[in-house]
Order: sequence, then structure tokens, then C-alpha cells
Amino acid sequence: MQILVAALIGGCFACAFYLLLRRSLQRVLFGLVLLGHGANLLVFTAAGLVRDRVPIIAEGAKQLSDPHPDPLPQALILTAVVINFAITAFALVLAHRSHVLTGFDTLEEEDERSDD
Amino acid sequence: MSAEIVRLWLVAPLLIPLASAVLLLASGRWPRIQRGLSLAGVVALLAVNVWLFTRVLDGGILTLQVGDWPAPFGITLVVDLLSASLLVTASLVGVCVNLYSLTDPEVQREGFTFHPLFQFQMMGVCGIFITGDLFNFYVWLEVTLVASFVLLVMGGRRGQVRSAVQYLALNILSSTLFLCAIAILYGEAGTLNMAHLAERLWLGEEAAAGPAVTVVAGLFILALGIKAALFPLYFWLPAAYPNPTFAVSALFAGLLTKVGVYGLLRLFTLVFVQEVAVTHGVLWGVALLTMLSGTLGALAQRELRHLLSYQVIGHMGFMVLGLGLYTVAGLAAAVFYLVHDMLVKTALFLVAGLVRRLRGTNQLAELGGLYRDAPGTAVLFLVVGLSLAGLPPFSGFFAKLAVVMAALGSGDYLGAAVALAADLLTLLAVAMIWNRVFWQPLPADARGERGEPTRLEMVSVGVLALAILGLGLGAGPALLLAERIAGQLLAPDAYIQAVLGEG
Repeated sequence: MQILVAALIGGCFACAFYLLLRRSLQRVLFGLVLLGHGANLLVFTAAGLVRDRVPIIAEGAKQLSDPHPDPLPQALILTAVVINFAITAFALVLAHRSHVLTGFDTLEEEDERSDD
Repeated sequence: MSAEIVRLWLVAPLLIPLASAVLLLASGRWPRIQRGLSLAGVVALLAVNVWLFTRVLDGGILTLQVGDWPAPFGITLVVDLLSASLLVTASLVGVCVNLYSLTDPEVQREGFTFHPLFQFQMMGVCGIFITGDLFNFYVWLEVTLVASFVLLVMGGRRGQVRSAVQYLALNILSSTLFLCAIAILYGEAGTLNMAHLAERLWLGEEAAAGPAVTVVAGLFILALGIKAALFPLYFWLPAAYPNPTFAVSALFAGLLTKVGVYGLLRLFTLVFVQEVAVTHGVLWGVALLTMLSGTLGALAQRELRHLLSYQVIGHMGFMVLGLGLYTVAGLAAAVFYLVHDMLVKTALFLVAGLVRRLRGTNQLAELGGLYRDAPGTAVLFLVVGLSLAGLPPFSGFFAKLAVVMAALGSGDYLGAAVALAADLLTLLAVAMIWNRVFWQPLPADARGERGEPTRLEMVSVGVLALAILGLGLGAGPALLLAERIAGQLLAPDAYIQAVLGEG
């Protein structure tokens, strides 16, 4: 299981970096989204995977019964997902704006002078 | 005041900007009130931070377990001497930028967005300096980042949007790498509290750091290296900084890259010191290359803010060199340099704003004669520029002296030589600006629209120039304090005791 998820994360990162190196802004954005997914999966897996268990203390018990998954990474992912969502939304708006302003969907430098 | 109540004040550097931002969003319709509130908020922040600083100076490290969750489980807020001095410097920078922005017409046009975002930016930066938890560090990093995205494109000109896309892509990449590093580190050590990490990884009795930890350290260098604009990951900076409003670039130059250096300083003295030869060796090498490429790059620029952006990069190298040496002298130099650099870079970008106001352009070829036409601005530039170039009696001299002495002290002649060379190149750049902008007569074909800087703008730069002069004249005690900070960083027992002790 761990190997499978690791391969999945690797796949996410590979695709993400391939897309990030493209010229088209749209692809760069997809790259960033995939990168975020890869990172979230990594957070999820890094602490170890446990199948079919929830980190909830059973009624009457004082602590979690083994084996139990670690609840902390799940909380971390939740935070990271929210942040990722916001940033992706902003990136989309920015890309749209860039497209409207320049008419191109690319990321090339045209001149060094900042337009005063 | 009892110790418990003093502790509670640790949330003030986060709550004051947050409260101000909320009030500012609500008062967006009344620009005068909004501006007053914004300034009041950041001045209050400065006051609280100065008070916290004096408390930490007398009474030692302050900690607050948020929500009363004991140490490694909850989030701990920690203010040691390093955090306290950076909080004070950052809020001073904030006050000056805010003063400058009050009469900036471009900010006024965007008034509704600028001030709340400015406060969010301050909150993020304070949060980074104050947190003792690695994941919380990441969250504050994102708060700072999101605010900076919007500030960067405020105004919506074409060049801004273009550069923002690059800035956005690279910074998201850096944040994601940071998150990945956190994930792997959590898998290895099972904790994210920085003090607890130190105990688990190298200080405690059962400390056992595997080789994976060194890999994670590399990942952190990469992620924070992008934030701090270190070689070879600095290309986003000269693309982004010259484009937004002057108040915004000054704020970025003073705070954003410095946050990356703070992260490196904290992590590579507290958490990742298992394989100093590898990790700090990499930092040392990167520092030398950053110094040279930044200061050399500056000489090739024809626009004032582009030139200053490369100077920002070059001078990051000095701080990282101090960290790379990993001695008391080196760390003390890095800390002193960090404070000095925050003030100087902000002041320089604000001076660029004054120049732009006077001449309507920042192209070096179209500038001249400002020494005669605007002696006040010329004097301000001279103070800040000479400090940047490292001439006595300004703070830059002592900062650079400390770095070079630290390098010589640990027998690192190459580092010292490169630092001196980079300094010479900086002096050249400053001389170039002085000649082109202030000394030589105005070229006949200059066509910029002329104006006068307002009194508030001059005052804001003046305050920074005074601070720089003060830091230079008071360099003796300041360096002693920096040595005390370096001592705290190198012997983190007190820090760990403060965080975990009562847990």
C-alpha cells in the first residue's frame, strides 16, 4: 500500500514539474495544482498508513487502541488544502487577468523595463 | 504585572495587525479614518514589540502555550532575543512604510486594498518570528505570501501582472517544498515543535537522527533558499520587486526575503545541526555565490529599482555566510546584518520612490542633478547608500566588519575575500547611483514629469536614516547583544527548557 501511494506521489510530482516547465500559463497552473496534491498525499503518507481504522477513542477506553492512524497529519492536510485552494483561486484570477491584459497565454519576458 | 499576564501579551503582535485589518476593511469607505487607523495599528504594534523586547532582555525567553495545550502537542509561541529584535525591526520598518504610503497617490487610489493587506502582511511576518512550531511557521509563511500576491498586483498594470505570475509560481513551489519537508520530518521525528524536534533529533538522550534528516535539511535549504532569493533561485526577485508601488516594494525588500533568512537561522541552529559539515557547508557555498552574483548583477542594471533588487540578493549572501560559518562570531554577524539590512533595504526603495516623485522616472539614463535640486533627498540617499556600501560610521560598516572578522576568525579566507569583493562591487554600485542620479547634470532629453515629495515621505525615510545612523553609532552594544543572541542560538538548552520545561 505504502509503495503504491509513494508511486502515486512520485507520479504527481513528475507530472507537476513537467507542466511547470511548460510555456503555457494554463499548464503551469495545472502543474501547481498537481504539486499541491502530491504534497498533501505526502503529508498523509509520511506518518504511516493504517487501513480501516479511525483515530477515535472508543467509548469507555482511555486511549486509542493499536493499530491506529495518526490524526495529526490529517489535521495538517486539512489546513494545507484550504491554503492551496485559496492560492489556486488567486492564481486562476491572475492568469485570467494576464491573458486579458496581454492576449497571450505564455510566460515570456518581452522587455526589462518596468512600464512606468 | 505577573508573569502569566506578560505571557498573554505574546499574542498581541498577531492580534493587533489582525484587529487593524478587520477594522480597516470595515472603514474602507472613509479613507481618512482608514489611514489614521492603519498608522495607529502599526504604531501600537511597534510599541508592544519594543515592550516585549525589553521584557525578554531582562527576564529571558517568553513562551505561551496557545489554548493551554502543553508543549509538544499544542502550538507554542516563543519570543527569544532573536525573535524580539526582529519583531522590533520589522514593526519599525512597518511604521516607516506606512508613513510613506499615507501621501502616496498610487496607494490612495488603491487605499481600500492596500492598508488591510499591509496589516495582514505584518501579521504574517510577526507570526513567523513568534511561532515555535514548524507547521505554524508554514501557515504564517502562506499568510505573508497571499498578502504579498495581492499587494504585488495592486494597480493591475501589465508589467505587474506578468512579474506576479513568475513570483506566484516560484513561491508556491517553495511553499510546497516546505510542506513536503515538514511531512518527511514529521515521519522521521514524530513531532513538529521545533524545541521538541531538537531534543528528538540531536540533544536528548535517545536522539537518533537518520540520514533522511539530512535530506530533509536539504529540502528546507531549497525551500527557504527560494524565499530568501539565494543563488541560483533568485530570478523571481528582480522580476517582481521593481514593479509594484514604491511603498510595497520597500515593504517586500525589508521583510519578505528576510523571513527566509530568519527561517534558515532558526532551523539550522536549533533543528538541523547533525551534519554541520554538509548542511552548513552548502549554505556557505551558496552564500558566496549569492554575494557575487547579486552585486555583479546590480552593476548591469539601468533602472534604479532593478539595481536595488540585485543589491537585495547580493546582501542576503552576507547573512547566510555568517550562518554557514556556524560560530558565535558568525551568527552574531548574521543577526546584526539582518537587522541592518531590513532597515537599509526599506530605506533604499523608499528613496527610489522619492527620486521617482522628483523626476517622474527611475531610468538611470534620464536622471541627474538631484544634488542641486533636492539636497534633502541627496543627503538621505548618502546616509543609506554609504551604509549599504559599508562605510563608517553607518551600520553597514560594522555589519560587514563583523562578517569579515567572523570569516577570518574561523580561518575562512575565501569567504572573507569574497565578502570584501562583494562589498567593493556594492560601493561601485552606490557610486554609480550617486553619479548618475545626484551628481551629474540632468540630461537635456529628460522627459519625466517632475514633482515634489511630501513632508511625510521625507520624514519616513528620515526616521529610517536616523535608525541606521543610530545602529552605526551604537554598534558596540548592538554587537554585544548580537553575540548574546548568537550564544542563545548555539546553546539552545534555554530555548528548549522554556518551551518544554513546564509541559
